[in-house]
Amino acid sequence: MNGIPLEQGLIVAGLLFALGAAGVLIRRDVLFILLSLEIMINAAGLAFVTAGAMWLQPDGQVMFVFILAVAAVEVAVGLALVLWLYHWFRTLDVDRASRMRG
Amino acid sequence: MTNAFYIASIVALLATLRVITATHAVHALLYFIVSLLAVAVIFLLMGAPFAAALEVIIYAGAIMVLFVFVMMMLNPGPRAVQRERHWLTPRTWAGPAVLAAILAAELVFITAAGTSHTPGAAQVCPAEVGMALFGPYLLGVEMASVLLLAGLVGTYHLSWHLGRRRDNERKREIVP
Amino acid sequence: MLHCLWLIPTLPFAGFLILAMAGTRLPHRAVASVGVGATGLSAVLALLIGADYALRPPAGNAFAQPLWTWMTVGGFSPSISLYLDALSVVMTLVVTVVGFFIFLYSAENMGQEEGYSRFFAYMNLFVGSMLTLVLADNLLVLYLGWEGVGLCSYLLIGFWYRDAGNIHAANKAFIVTRVGDTALAIGLILLFLQLDTLSIREILARAQAQWPHGSEAATWAALLLLGGAVGKSAQLPLQTWLPDAMAGPSPVSALIHAATMVTAGVYLIARTHGIFTLAPEVQLLVAVIGAVTLLLASASALVQWDIKRVLAWSTISQIGYMFLALGVGAWSAAIFHFLTHAFFKALLFLGAGVVIAALADEHDLHRMGGLRRELPITFWTFLAGAASLAALPLVTAGFYSKDLILNQAWGSSPGGPLLWAAGLGGAFLTGLYTFRMVFLAFFGESKTPVIRKPGVAITVSLVVFAFFSLASGFLQMPALIAPVSVYSDFLSRSLPPAAAATVPRTTEIMLFLSALIVPVFGVAASWWLYIREPGLPAWVAQKPAGAALHRFLLGGWGFDSLYDTLFVRPFIFAARLNRDDFVDLVYGGLAWCSAQLSGRLVQTQSGMIRRYAVGVLLGTVVALGLTLFFKELP
Repeated sequence: MNGIPLEQGLIVAGLLFALGAAGVLIRRDVLFILLSLEIMINAAGLAFVTAGAMWLQPDGQVMFVFILAVAAVEVAVGLALVLWLYHWFRTLDVDRASRMRG
Repeated sequence: MTNAFYIASIVALLATLRVITATHAVHALLYFIVSLLAVAVIFLLMGAPFAAALEVIIYAGAIMVLFVFVMMMLNPGPRAVQRERHWLTPRTWAGPAVLAAILAAELVFITAAGTSHTPGAAQVCPAEVGMALFGPYLLGVEMASVLLLAGLVGTYHLSWHLGRRRDNERKREIVP
Repeated sequence: MLHCLWLIPTLPFAGFLILAMAGTRLPHRAVASVGVGATGLSAVLALLIGADYALRPPAGNAFAQPLWTWMTVGGFSPSISLYLDALSVVMTLVVTVVGFFIFLYSAENMGQEEGYSRFFAYMNLFVGSMLTLVLADNLLVLYLGWEGVGLCSYLLIGFWYRDAGNIHAANKAFIVTRVGDTALAIGLILLFLQLDTLSIREILARAQAQWPHGSEAATWAALLLLGGAVGKSAQLPLQTWLPDAMAGPSPVSALIHAATMVTAGVYLIARTHGIFTLAPEVQLLVAVIGAVTLLLASASALVQWDIKRVLAWSTISQIGYMFLALGVGAWSAAIFHFLTHAFFKALLFLGAGVVIAALADEHDLHRMGGLRRELPITFWTFLAGAASLAALPLVTAGFYSKDLILNQAWGSSPGGPLLWAAGLGGAFLTGLYTFRMVFLAFFGESKTPVIRKPGVAITVSLVVFAFFSLASGFLQMPALIAPVSVYSDFLSRSLPPAAAATVPRTTEIMLFLSALIVPVFGVAASWWLYIREPGLPAWVAQKPAGAALHRFLLGGWGFDSLYDTLFVRPFIFAARLNRDDFVDLVYGGLAWCSAQLSGRLVQTQSGMIRRYAVGVLLGTVVALGLTLFFKELP
């Protein structure tokens, strides 16, 4: 394969990250927030793999594996918490869950 | 090759954009899966086949399926869509869009200001990755497995109580 | 005997302390004994020490008694020390003896008042402070006494503090004299800076040596001292407080505002006469102030309806005479008039107090009348005092002292005859208003019934003062009649004699005759206006010009309203503007900013996750921006 300008891969990763960040800020439904978080994690993974390809070393992909593991755990626990949120507040609106002690 | 890369990138970006602007949860999920597949193509083009495989199998195949299951449990209906449409006004988009744009600009600027790197057509094959994982990164692998165990235990604990109570309720639509 | 000098001011202070701490628990009789006795003992001591001084004069005609060092700051170490010379002997005797008899009077007169012990405590504090003032060896101790008498004046004017009008009068007295006190303090500082000492003798000696005649330093020092004297002695332009100070009890008016405190200014100028001699313009100013004040005050006294106010304006006028004497260099004449004035003015105030108490607190002259039948002793003693005030010839002390002043004024330069004419005009007016007071109060038909008559203590005091009002003049008689100069000989031990101007014999006789006739003329005019033709003054007062003049004189020649417009109103306006105290804005502003910041910060704790996410992202953006900004990327 011909070389791809790999900085552009990083740029794509950056743009994806920004989009995910916008999604976290804008959405009120907790599922969408979690989804946007996943976008951001994915973008980070893309960045790592691109970097690994730049240096022609497996370290990038190794990091990507770890990121994947973390994302999986996070999604699992997060979705369990989403179910609890729905159980307590009868809604998935995250702004409702803003009661604080005292 | 470069063209394929650009096409894949554009698909990924557009799909992600649709993820964050969709009003129906399932639509958003499906768009995200498209985005993941596009990113997997990018990985392949970069010479990281193992990463591409993992992206499809684990990310799109396991994590997103988990999302789908929970979505099915929560069952968003037309009322949820209406609610989302009501919340997503252009006015609400303004601030976050600006912030995200600034962030994107900074990241792009940082990246573009660096030296251009056009490597050869080499690949990093899965064998190398496996050697690295069981070599210098062994400890990390073990820690990842412990993390997965922790996640498993935690999720089980969290849902055990839910399971008992759910039996006493009837299914309901998500209410705003 | 002279070594007991320190006891003289100490005994009244001790009396004050006892009464202040335990006065309310003691019975009336004990309070009176302590109060009157402290000053009485002081008076006895003063008499003994005075006799000792007169018969066996110490070296240099002066006796100094340093008590202890007040403070040592840098090179400045004033001491508390007392100084006795002829001048302070006279002052001390007047303060203690007159004070004793006034206390005796008030033991009966104030007997029904609540705050009986408070009264005597304050009066003793006053006498102690006044004695400190007159016995002071250095100007700092003098200033201590000065401030003390000012404080006591305030406390005693506002003695009946539950009435707001009395408090206003006390405030006014204190604030107006404060203006003078500030001038005096600045003068003290100036003297200390220039002459490096505050001891009075040293100041006079060094000023004589170092300052040329008419030098600027001497002029300024004298001017500032004059400012202080003018405030305390209620002369122009600070005379507005004394008429209002009549809000206090009559013994207070007698002691403080007639005999002693208001003469502190006279004493000050007499004491520091050396500086005034070095500044002839200021000395002339003293005389001019005296002359103008005496005329102004006499005119105002003519239309007052409150008996005590007549006497207050009269006091201002008589002190004007003393200032006139000081201004022409007749130091002992001024002190002679001070002596006679102390007696007859105290007597008049005490008599007025008897009248007021007898008529159940009636002050208005037009509501009095015919009291000579009801209160005979009071009438005769009051008449003696009034005659002395009006300077009726030959039998009264006032005649001799006023005549002495007029004689000295004629011979002085510049403007001697002018000053003499002012003094003579004042004598006419004095006779007029004094006997107006006598005729309105004691003659005619009685309009208000008498409910109380004076007892023994009051009568004794009145009679003693009446005797002195008449007899004390014989200490110093003009050469035309008899060469008696006991008084000026005594005072010449410490004050320089007046410049003896040689006047031709005929002028001397003419001066004497005019001083004889004019007061009689005033009394006669008063008899005409108030006994023969009582409708005449009322008729004049009804004409528009007459009514306007009446109002003008009644208001003290408009000084009160002038000061009100010039000083009081702007000050109150500024105080109201600053009611919230702009300096507080700084501190309040700090608190306000803090509260605002807190409010903003509280809003960030909303519990809404998306807001927190915004914060995180914002921080990230800023951090990235900073790295871009500071690190030049290749």
